Amino acid sequence: MKAPIIAMQAIIMREVLRFITQRGRFVAALVRPLVWLLVFAAGFRSALGLSIIPPYTTYVTYEVYIVPGLCGMVQLFNGMQSSLSLVYDREMGSMQLLLTSPLPRWWLLLSKLVAGTAVSILQVYTFLGIAAALGILMPLWGYVMVLPVLFLTGLMLGALGLALSSTIRQLENFAGVMNFVIFPAFFLSSALYPLWKMAESSTLLFWICAINPFTHAVEAIRFALHGEANLTALAWTLLALVLFLGLALLGYDPARALSRRRSAGG
Amino acid sequence: MSPYGLNVQHLSFGYGAGPVLKDVSFAIERGRFCALLGPNGAGKTSLFSLLTRLVTTPTGRIEIAGNDLRVSPRRALATMGIVFQQMTLDLDLSVRRNLSYYAALRGLSGRESDHRIEAALERLDLTEKSSVRARELNGGHRRRTEIARALLHDPEILLLDEPTVGLDPASRAAITRHVHALCAEGRLTVLWATHLVDEVRADDDLVFLHRGKVLAHDTASRIAGDRTIEAVFLEMSSAAV
Repeated sequence: MKAPIIAMQAIIMREVLRFITQRGRFVAALVRPLVWLLVFAAGFRSALGLSIIPPYTTYVTYEVYIVPGLCGMVQLFNGMQSSLSLVYDREMGSMQLLLTSPLPRWWLLLSKLVAGTAVSILQVYTFLGIAAALGILMPLWGYVMVLPVLFLTGLMLGALGLALSSTIRQLENFAGVMNFVIFPAFFLSSALYPLWKMAESSTLLFWICAINPFTHAVEAIRFALHGEANLTALAWTLLALVLFLGLALLGYDPARALSRRRSAGG
Repeated sequence: MSPYGLNVQHLSFGYGAGPVLKDVSFAIERGRFCALLGPNGAGKTSLFSLLTRLVTTPTGRIEIAGNDLRVSPRRALATMGIVFQQMTLDLDLSVRRNLSYYAALRGLSGRESDHRIEAALERLDLTEKSSVRARELNGGHRRRTEIARALLHDPEILLLDEPTVGLDPASRAAITRHVHALCAEGRLTVLWATHLVDEVRADDDLVFLHRGKVLAHDTASRIAGDRTIEAVFLEMSSAAV
Protein backbone atom coordinates (compact mmCIF):
# COMPACT_ATOMS: atom_id res chain seq x y z
CA MET A 1 0.00 0.00 0.00
CA LYS A 2 1.20 3.49 -0.78
CA ALA A 3 2.48 5.70 2.03
CA PRO A 4 -0.14 8.47 1.60
CA ILE A 5 -3.01 5.98 1.90
CA ILE A 6 -1.46 4.35 4.98
CA ALA A 7 -1.09 7.77 6.58
CA MET A 8 -4.66 8.84 5.75
CA GLN A 9 -6.06 5.61 7.16
CA ALA A 10 -4.09 6.07 10.36
CA ILE A 11 -5.21 9.69 10.74
CA ILE A 12 -8.86 8.68 10.30
CA MET A 13 -8.54 5.75 12.70
CA ARG A 14 -6.90 7.91 15.32
CA GLU A 15 -9.56 10.58 15.07
CA VAL A 16 -12.40 8.06 15.31
CA LEU A 17 -10.75 6.23 18.21
CA ARG A 18 -10.21 9.47 20.07
CA PHE A 19 -13.78 10.50 19.52
CA ILE A 20 -15.15 7.21 20.77
CA THR A 21 -12.94 7.19 23.86
CA GLN A 22 -13.71 10.81 24.73
CA ARG A 23 -17.22 10.20 26.02
CA GLY A 24 -17.74 13.78 27.10
CA ARG A 25 -17.26 15.02 23.56
CA PHE A 26 -19.58 12.36 22.20
CA VAL A 27 -22.33 13.22 24.67
CA ALA A 28 -21.95 16.97 24.04
CA ALA A 29 -22.18 16.43 20.30
CA LEU A 30 -25.47 14.58 20.78
CA VAL A 31 -27.05 16.67 23.52
CA ARG A 32 -26.92 19.84 21.43
CA PRO A 33 -29.14 18.69 18.55
CA LEU A 34 -31.34 16.64 20.87
CA VAL A 35 -32.15 19.70 22.96
CA TRP A 36 -33.20 21.49 19.77
CA LEU A 37 -35.20 18.52 18.65
CA LEU A 38 -36.96 17.79 21.92
CA VAL A 39 -37.30 21.23 23.48
CA PHE A 40 -37.14 23.85 20.77
CA ALA A 41 -39.16 21.88 18.24
CA ALA A 42 -41.78 21.01 20.85
CA GLY A 43 -42.25 24.68 21.65
CA PHE A 44 -42.20 25.81 18.06
CA ARG A 45 -44.34 23.24 16.33
CA SER A 46 -47.53 25.12 17.08
CA ALA A 47 -46.09 28.56 16.36
CA LEU A 48 -44.80 27.64 12.94
CA GLY A 49 -47.14 26.46 10.21
CA LEU A 50 -45.42 24.53 7.45
CA SER A 51 -46.79 24.19 3.98
CA ILE A 52 -46.04 21.23 1.75
CA ILE A 53 -42.78 21.98 -0.01
CA PRO A 54 -40.38 19.57 -1.73
CA PRO A 55 -39.12 17.05 -0.83
CA TYR A 56 -42.16 16.59 1.40
CA THR A 57 -45.25 15.23 -0.26
CA THR A 58 -47.46 15.57 2.75
CA TYR A 59 -47.65 17.70 5.87
CA VAL A 60 -44.73 16.92 8.18
CA THR A 61 -44.34 17.72 11.83
CA TYR A 62 -41.87 20.40 12.78
CA GLU A 63 -39.62 17.75 14.34
CA VAL A 64 -39.32 16.02 10.99
CA TYR A 65 -38.62 19.36 9.32
CA ILE A 66 -35.70 20.33 11.52
CA VAL A 67 -33.90 16.96 11.59
CA PRO A 68 -31.83 17.73 8.44
CA GLY A 69 -30.93 21.15 9.82
CA LEU A 70 -29.78 19.54 13.05
CA CYS A 71 -27.69 17.02 11.10
CA GLY A 72 -26.08 20.02 9.44
CA MET A 73 -25.59 21.66 12.82
CA VAL A 74 -23.80 18.58 14.15
CA GLN A 75 -21.44 18.72 11.19
CA LEU A 76 -21.01 22.48 11.45
CA PHE A 77 -19.96 22.24 15.10
CA ASN A 78 -17.70 19.30 14.41
CA GLY A 79 -16.12 21.00 11.41
CA MET A 80 -15.31 24.10 13.41
CA GLN A 81 -14.06 22.15 16.39
CA SER A 82 -11.78 19.80 14.52
CA SER A 83 -10.38 22.43 12.19
CA LEU A 84 -9.73 24.97 14.88
CA SER A 85 -8.20 22.38 17.17
CA LEU A 86 -5.61 21.81 14.45
CA VAL A 87 -4.10 25.16 15.11
CA TYR A 88 -4.63 25.78 18.78
CA ASP A 89 -3.07 24.45 21.90
CA ARG A 90 -4.99 21.28 22.43
CA GLU A 91 -3.61 19.74 19.29
CA MET A 92 -0.28 21.51 19.05
CA GLY A 93 1.69 18.38 19.75
CA SER A 94 -0.10 16.13 17.33
CA MET A 95 -0.01 18.88 14.72
CA GLN A 96 3.77 19.13 15.03
CA LEU A 97 3.97 15.39 14.61
CA LEU A 98 1.75 15.54 11.54
CA LEU A 99 3.55 18.41 9.84
CA THR A 100 6.97 16.84 10.24
CA SER A 101 5.84 13.73 8.38
CA PRO A 102 7.53 13.55 4.97
CA LEU A 103 4.22 13.65 3.07
CA PRO A 104 2.83 16.66 1.21
CA ARG A 105 1.17 19.09 3.60
CA TRP A 106 -1.97 19.38 1.50
CA TRP A 107 -2.42 15.63 1.76
CA LEU A 108 -1.96 15.68 5.53
CA LEU A 109 -4.51 18.48 5.89
CA LEU A 110 -6.93 16.71 3.58
CA SER A 111 -6.53 13.55 5.66
CA LYS A 112 -7.37 15.53 8.79
CA LEU A 113 -10.41 16.90 7.01
CA VAL A 114 -11.60 13.45 5.96
CA ALA A 115 -11.00 12.18 9.50
CA GLY A 116 -13.09 15.01 10.97
CA THR A 117 -15.82 14.26 8.45
CA ALA A 118 -15.82 10.59 9.40
CA VAL A 119 -16.34 11.57 13.04
CA SER A 120 -19.16 13.96 12.10
CA ILE A 121 -20.89 11.19 10.13
CA LEU A 122 -20.72 8.93 13.18
CA GLN A 123 -22.30 11.71 15.22
CA VAL A 124 -25.06 12.32 12.68
CA TYR A 125 -26.01 8.65 12.45
CA THR A 126 -26.12 8.35 16.22
CA PHE A 127 -28.36 11.41 16.33
CA LEU A 128 -30.59 9.98 13.59
CA GLY A 129 -30.76 6.71 15.52
CA ILE A 130 -31.89 8.45 18.69
CA ALA A 131 -34.40 10.53 16.73
CA ALA A 132 -35.75 7.33 15.16
CA ALA A 133 -36.04 5.74 18.59
CA LEU A 134 -38.10 8.74 19.61
CA GLY A 135 -40.41 8.13 16.68
CA ILE A 136 -39.01 10.75 14.28
CA LEU A 137 -38.44 8.51 11.31
CA MET A 138 -37.15 9.12 7.80
CA PRO A 139 -37.79 6.85 4.83
CA LEU A 140 -35.51 3.81 5.11
CA TRP A 141 -33.76 4.46 1.80
CA GLY A 142 -33.02 7.99 3.00
CA TYR A 143 -30.67 6.70 5.69
CA VAL A 144 -28.52 5.14 2.95
CA MET A 145 -28.76 7.98 0.46
CA VAL A 146 -27.72 10.55 3.01
CA LEU A 147 -24.30 8.94 3.56
CA PRO A 148 -22.47 10.31 0.49
CA VAL A 149 -24.20 13.65 1.00
CA LEU A 150 -23.02 13.81 4.61
CA PHE A 151 -19.51 13.11 3.36
CA LEU A 152 -19.70 16.08 1.01
CA THR A 153 -21.34 18.45 3.51
CA GLY A 154 -18.94 17.36 6.27
CA LEU A 155 -15.94 18.07 4.05
CA MET A 156 -17.37 21.44 3.08
CA LEU A 157 -17.99 22.53 6.66
CA GLY A 158 -14.61 21.20 7.80
CA ALA A 159 -12.92 23.08 4.96
CA LEU A 160 -14.76 26.22 6.06
CA GLY A 161 -13.29 25.79 9.53
CA LEU A 162 -9.85 25.24 8.05
CA ALA A 163 -10.12 28.32 5.85
CA LEU A 164 -11.31 30.41 8.79
CA SER A 165 -8.62 29.18 11.14
CA SER A 166 -5.99 30.06 8.54
CA THR A 167 -7.13 33.58 7.91
CA ILE A 168 -8.95 35.07 10.87
CA ARG A 169 -6.92 35.63 13.99
CA GLN A 170 -9.81 36.84 16.06
CA LEU A 171 -11.45 33.43 16.01
CA GLU A 172 -9.03 32.15 18.57
CA ASN A 173 -11.63 30.90 20.95
CA PHE A 174 -14.71 28.90 20.41
CA ALA A 175 -17.07 31.57 21.76
CA GLY A 176 -16.01 33.85 18.90
CA VAL A 177 -16.68 31.10 16.41
CA MET A 178 -20.12 30.49 17.94
CA ASN A 179 -21.08 34.15 17.67
CA PHE A 180 -19.66 35.00 14.30
CA VAL A 181 -19.83 31.75 12.35
CA ILE A 182 -22.00 29.00 13.80
CA PHE A 183 -25.03 31.05 14.89
CA PRO A 184 -25.24 33.22 11.75
CA ALA A 185 -24.72 30.19 9.50
CA PHE A 186 -27.37 28.24 11.37
CA PHE A 187 -30.03 30.94 11.79
CA LEU A 188 -29.55 32.41 8.31
CA SER A 189 -30.36 29.10 6.69
CA SER A 190 -33.25 26.78 6.00
CA ALA A 191 -32.37 24.67 9.05
CA LEU A 192 -35.16 25.97 11.27
CA TYR A 193 -37.65 27.49 8.82
CA PRO A 194 -38.27 27.21 5.10
CA LEU A 195 -36.85 30.08 3.09
CA TRP A 196 -40.24 31.26 1.88
CA LYS A 197 -41.05 32.08 5.48
CA MET A 198 -37.95 34.22 5.61
CA ALA A 199 -38.91 35.91 2.32
CA GLU A 200 -42.19 37.00 3.89
CA SER A 201 -40.27 38.88 6.58
CA SER A 202 -37.35 40.32 4.65
CA THR A 203 -36.12 39.99 1.10
CA LEU A 204 -32.59 40.85 2.16
CA LEU A 205 -32.52 38.14 4.78
CA PHE A 206 -34.00 35.73 2.26
CA TRP A 207 -31.15 36.40 -0.15
CA ILE A 208 -28.55 36.04 2.55
CA CYS A 209 -30.09 32.69 3.47
CA ALA A 210 -30.23 31.68 -0.19
CA ILE A 211 -26.51 32.21 -0.75
CA ASN A 212 -25.47 30.74 2.59
CA PRO A 213 -23.63 27.49 1.78
CA PHE A 214 -25.03 26.00 4.98
CA THR A 215 -28.55 26.33 3.53
CA HIS A 216 -27.49 24.23 0.58
CA ALA A 217 -25.81 21.68 2.82
CA VAL A 218 -29.03 21.37 4.84
CA GLU A 219 -31.18 21.11 1.72
CA ALA A 220 -28.88 18.46 0.23
CA ILE A 221 -29.23 16.46 3.46
CA ARG A 222 -33.01 17.06 3.60
CA PHE A 223 -33.62 15.76 0.08
CA ALA A 224 -31.26 12.80 0.53
CA LEU A 225 -33.01 11.82 3.76
CA HIS A 226 -36.20 11.63 1.73
CA GLY A 227 -34.61 9.57 -1.00
CA GLU A 228 -34.09 12.39 -3.47
CA ALA A 229 -31.02 14.11 -4.86
CA ASN A 230 -31.22 17.90 -4.84
CA LEU A 231 -28.68 18.51 -7.57
CA THR A 232 -28.69 22.28 -7.19
CA ALA A 233 -27.96 22.08 -3.48
CA LEU A 234 -25.29 19.42 -4.09
CA ALA A 235 -23.67 21.56 -6.77
CA TRP A 236 -23.62 24.61 -4.48
CA THR A 237 -22.17 22.54 -1.66
CA LEU A 238 -19.49 21.15 -3.94
CA LEU A 239 -18.68 24.63 -5.19
CA ALA A 240 -18.40 25.88 -1.61
CA LEU A 241 -16.15 22.92 -0.77
CA VAL A 242 -13.81 23.72 -3.66
CA LEU A 243 -13.76 27.39 -2.69
CA PHE A 244 -13.15 26.81 1.04
CA LEU A 245 -10.59 24.10 0.40
CA GLY A 246 -8.79 26.35 -2.05
CA LEU A 247 -8.79 29.18 0.46
CA ALA A 248 -7.65 26.86 3.23
CA LEU A 249 -4.76 25.43 1.24
CA LEU A 250 -3.75 28.82 -0.10
CA GLY A 251 -4.03 30.69 3.14
CA TYR A 252 -3.19 27.89 5.51
CA ASP A 253 0.30 28.51 6.63
CA PRO A 254 0.76 26.25 9.62
CA ALA A 255 4.15 27.74 10.17
CA ARG A 256 2.57 31.10 10.85
CA ALA A 257 -0.10 29.67 13.10
CA LEU A 258 2.35 27.65 15.10
CA SER A 259 4.84 30.45 15.40
CA ARG A 260 2.17 32.73 16.86
CA ARG A 261 1.74 30.24 19.64
CA ARG A 262 5.34 29.44 20.15
CA SER A 263 6.31 29.45 23.75
CA ALA A 264 9.19 31.52 24.92
CA GLY A 265 11.23 28.37 25.47
CA GLY A 266 14.95 28.14 24.84
CA MET B 1 27.82 11.89 0.42
CA SER B 2 27.93 14.91 2.67
CA PRO B 3 30.15 14.33 5.71
CA TYR B 4 27.66 16.24 7.81
CA GLY B 5 24.52 14.96 9.51
CA LEU B 6 23.47 18.56 9.94
CA ASN B 7 24.81 21.66 8.32
CA VAL B 8 23.37 25.07 9.17
CA GLN B 9 24.71 28.14 7.39
CA HIS B 10 23.95 31.82 7.98
CA LEU B 11 20.52 31.27 9.43
CA SER B 12 18.65 34.34 10.62
CA PHE B 13 15.10 34.43 11.86
CA GLY B 14 12.65 36.61 13.77
CA TYR B 15 8.97 36.60 14.70
CA GLY B 16 8.52 40.29 14.03
CA ALA B 17 9.47 41.78 17.38
CA GLY B 18 13.15 41.48 16.54
CA PRO B 19 15.61 38.82 15.49
CA VAL B 20 15.58 35.57 17.42
CA LEU B 21 18.45 33.99 15.52
CA LYS B 22 21.32 36.00 14.08
CA ASP B 23 23.51 34.48 11.38
CA VAL B 24 23.67 31.05 13.00
CA SER B 25 26.16 28.65 11.40
CA PHE B 26 27.43 25.28 12.56
CA ALA B 27 27.88 21.77 11.21
CA ILE B 28 27.78 18.36 12.89
CA GLU B 29 29.67 15.43 11.42
CA ARG B 30 27.71 12.25 10.89
CA GLY B 31 27.55 10.00 13.93
CA ARG B 32 28.38 12.75 16.43
CA PHE B 33 26.44 13.78 19.52
CA CYS B 34 26.12 17.55 19.55
CA ALA B 35 24.72 19.44 22.51
CA LEU B 36 23.03 22.73 21.70
CA LEU B 37 23.55 24.54 24.95
CA GLY B 38 21.95 27.84 25.79
CA PRO B 39 19.98 29.54 28.54
CA ASN B 40 16.21 29.92 28.24
CA GLY B 41 15.35 32.36 25.49
CA ALA B 42 18.60 31.72 23.59
CA GLY B 43 16.66 30.70 20.45
CA LYS B 44 16.99 26.92 20.74
CA THR B 45 13.31 26.17 20.17
CA SER B 46 13.17 28.60 17.24
CA LEU B 47 16.16 26.85 15.73
CA PHE B 48 14.35 23.52 16.18
CA SER B 49 11.25 24.88 14.49
CA LEU B 50 13.39 25.88 11.51
CA LEU B 51 15.22 22.55 11.42
CA THR B 52 11.92 20.65 11.45
CA ARG B 53 10.36 23.06 8.93
CA LEU B 54 7.54 24.08 11.23
CA VAL B 55 8.63 27.59 10.33
CA THR B 56 10.71 28.80 7.44
CA THR B 57 13.04 31.71 6.85
CA PRO B 58 14.31 33.16 3.59
CA THR B 59 17.83 33.66 4.92
CA GLY B 60 20.40 30.95 5.36
CA ARG B 61 20.54 27.29 4.49
CA ILE B 62 19.84 24.04 6.34
CA GLU B 63 21.14 20.71 5.11
CA ILE B 64 19.95 17.52 6.77
CA ALA B 65 22.00 14.41 5.92
CA GLY B 66 22.95 16.06 2.66
CA ASN B 67 19.43 17.19 1.76
CA ASP B 68 18.73 20.89 1.45
CA LEU B 69 15.63 21.53 3.55
CA ARG B 70 14.38 24.21 1.18
CA VAL B 71 14.99 22.30 -2.05
CA SER B 72 13.86 18.83 -0.97
CA PRO B 73 11.99 19.23 2.32
CA ARG B 74 10.28 15.85 2.24
CA ARG B 75 13.48 13.94 1.65
CA ALA B 76 15.12 15.91 4.47
CA LEU B 77 12.21 15.24 6.85
CA ALA B 78 12.32 11.53 5.99
CA THR B 79 15.86 11.30 7.39
CA MET B 80 14.93 13.02 10.63
CA GLY B 81 13.67 11.73 13.96
CA ILE B 82 12.29 14.43 16.24
CA VAL B 83 11.52 14.65 19.94
CA PHE B 84 9.75 17.91 20.62
CA GLN B 85 10.02 19.85 23.84
CA GLN B 86 6.27 19.60 24.29
CA MET B 87 5.03 16.06 24.81
CA THR B 88 3.34 14.82 21.65
CA LEU B 89 2.01 11.42 22.73
CA ASP B 90 -1.66 10.63 22.49
CA LEU B 91 -2.31 9.98 26.18
CA ASP B 92 -5.43 7.88 25.60
CA LEU B 93 -3.63 5.46 23.32
CA SER B 94 -1.26 2.67 24.33
CA VAL B 95 2.48 2.93 23.76
CA ARG B 96 2.20 0.53 20.84
CA ARG B 97 -0.66 2.44 19.22
CA ASN B 98 1.23 5.69 19.55
CA LEU B 99 4.13 4.08 17.76
CA SER B 100 2.03 2.51 15.03
CA TYR B 101 0.29 5.85 14.35
CA TYR B 102 3.68 7.48 13.86
CA ALA B 103 4.87 4.57 11.71
CA ALA B 104 1.83 5.06 9.47
CA LEU B 105 2.58 8.78 9.15
CA ARG B 106 5.93 7.66 7.81
CA GLY B 107 4.28 5.25 5.38
CA LEU B 108 5.06 2.07 7.35
CA SER B 109 2.40 -0.55 7.93
CA GLY B 110 1.79 -4.26 8.43
CA ARG B 111 4.59 -6.60 9.32
CA GLU B 112 7.35 -4.11 8.69
CA SER B 113 5.77 -1.63 11.05
CA ASP B 114 5.26 -4.32 13.74
CA HIS B 115 8.83 -5.50 13.38
CA ARG B 116 10.24 -1.99 13.72
CA ILE B 117 7.99 -1.23 16.71
CA GLU B 118 9.24 -4.37 18.48
CA ALA B 119 12.84 -3.41 17.78
CA ALA B 120 12.34 0.20 18.94
CA LEU B 121 10.58 -0.90 22.13
CA GLU B 122 13.38 -3.31 22.89
CA ARG B 123 16.04 -0.75 22.15
CA LEU B 124 14.55 1.64 24.69
CA ASP B 125 13.64 -1.04 27.27
CA LEU B 126 9.93 -0.47 26.82
CA THR B 127 8.71 -3.89 25.71
CA GLU B 128 6.83 -4.57 28.92
CA LYS B 129 5.11 -1.18 28.71
CA SER B 130 3.88 -1.67 25.16
CA SER B 131 0.21 -2.08 26.00
CA VAL B 132 0.13 0.52 28.76
CA ARG B 133 -1.78 3.71 28.02
CA ALA B 134 0.56 6.70 27.67
CA ARG B 135 -1.38 8.50 30.40
CA GLU B 136 -0.29 5.86 32.93
CA LEU B 137 3.42 6.22 32.16
CA ASN B 138 5.74 8.38 34.26
CA GLY B 139 7.56 11.30 32.66
CA GLY B 140 10.72 9.31 31.99
CA HIS B 141 8.89 6.51 30.23
CA ARG B 142 6.85 8.96 28.18
CA ARG B 143 10.06 10.54 26.95
CA ARG B 144 11.56 7.16 26.21
CA THR B 145 8.45 6.26 24.22
CA GLU B 146 8.90 9.44 22.21
CA ILE B 147 12.52 8.59 21.54
CA ALA B 148 11.57 5.04 20.52
CA ARG B 149 8.97 6.54 18.20
CA ALA B 150 11.44 8.99 16.69
CA LEU B 151 13.76 6.08 15.83
CA LEU B 152 11.10 3.88 14.17
CA HIS B 153 11.93 4.84 10.60
CA ASP B 154 15.67 4.50 11.19
CA PRO B 155 16.54 8.19 10.84
CA GLU B 156 20.02 9.48 10.14
CA ILE B 157 19.65 12.37 12.53
CA LEU B 158 17.82 12.63 15.82
CA LEU B 159 16.76 16.06 17.05
CA LEU B 160 15.72 16.46 20.68
CA ASP B 161 14.50 19.75 22.08
CA GLU B 162 15.15 19.85 25.82
CA PRO B 163 13.99 16.25 26.21
CA THR B 164 14.67 16.09 29.94
CA VAL B 165 12.60 19.11 31.00
CA GLY B 166 10.38 18.23 33.95
CA LEU B 167 12.01 14.87 34.65
CA ASP B 168 13.47 13.75 37.96
CA PRO B 169 17.30 13.47 38.15
CA ALA B 170 17.34 9.67 37.76
CA SER B 171 15.14 9.70 34.61
CA ARG B 172 17.14 12.63 33.28
CA ALA B 173 20.41 10.77 33.68
CA ALA B 174 18.93 7.60 32.18
CA ILE B 175 17.59 9.37 29.07
CA THR B 176 20.85 11.25 28.55
CA ARG B 177 22.77 7.97 28.88
CA HIS B 178 20.41 6.18 26.49
CA VAL B 179 20.78 8.73 23.73
CA HIS B 180 24.55 8.89 24.10
CA ALA B 181 24.58 5.10 23.79
CA LEU B 182 22.37 5.21 20.67
CA CYS B 183 24.78 7.67 19.11
CA ALA B 184 27.79 5.54 20.01
CA GLU B 185 26.14 2.49 18.40
CA GLY B 186 26.50 3.68 14.85
CA ARG B 187 25.90 6.39 12.36
CA LEU B 188 23.12 8.29 14.13
CA THR B 189 23.78 12.02 14.42
CA VAL B 190 22.22 13.67 17.47
CA LEU B 191 21.38 17.29 18.15
CA TRP B 192 20.39 17.64 21.79
CA ALA B 193 19.15 21.04 22.94
CA THR B 194 19.48 21.73 26.62
CA HIS B 195 20.18 24.40 29.19
CA LEU B 196 21.52 21.83 31.66
CA VAL B 197 25.29 21.62 31.62
CA ASP B 198 25.50 18.22 33.30
CA GLU B 199 23.94 16.59 30.23
CA VAL B 200 26.99 17.46 28.14
CA ARG B 201 29.97 15.09 28.08
CA ALA B 202 33.52 16.16 27.48
CA ASP B 203 33.82 14.48 24.08
CA ASP B 204 30.46 15.76 22.79
CA ASP B 205 30.32 18.47 20.19
CA LEU B 206 28.99 21.64 21.71
CA VAL B 207 27.23 24.59 20.12
CA PHE B 208 26.80 27.40 22.57
CA LEU B 209 23.84 29.59 21.65
CA HIS B 210 23.12 32.84 23.44
CA ARG B 211 20.63 35.53 22.44
CA GLY B 212 20.33 34.03 18.99
CA LYS B 213 24.06 33.88 18.27
CA VAL B 214 26.53 31.02 18.21
CA LEU B 215 29.20 32.01 20.72
CA ALA B 216 31.24 28.83 20.50
CA HIS B 217 31.29 25.60 18.48
CA ASP B 218 33.80 22.85 19.16
CA THR B 219 34.05 19.75 21.33
CA ALA B 220 32.95 20.44 24.89
CA SER B 221 36.41 19.69 26.30
CA ARG B 222 38.12 22.12 23.94
CA ILE B 223 35.61 24.87 24.69
CA ALA B 224 36.04 24.30 28.42
CA GLY B 225 39.85 24.13 28.29
CA ASP B 226 41.15 23.77 31.82
CA ARG B 227 37.89 24.98 33.34
CA THR B 228 34.54 23.22 33.75
CA ILE B 229 31.84 23.52 31.09
CA GLU B 230 29.62 25.01 33.76
CA ALA B 231 32.06 27.82 34.48
CA VAL B 232 32.33 28.63 30.77
CA PHE B 233 28.55 28.46 30.40
CA LEU B 234 27.99 30.87 33.26
CA GLU B 235 30.59 33.27 31.95
CA MET B 236 29.21 33.24 28.42
CA SER B 237 25.61 33.52 29.60
CA SER B 238 26.33 36.58 31.66
CA ALA B 239 28.40 38.30 28.99
CA ALA B 240 26.65 40.98 26.95
CA VAL B 241 26.23 40.17 23.28
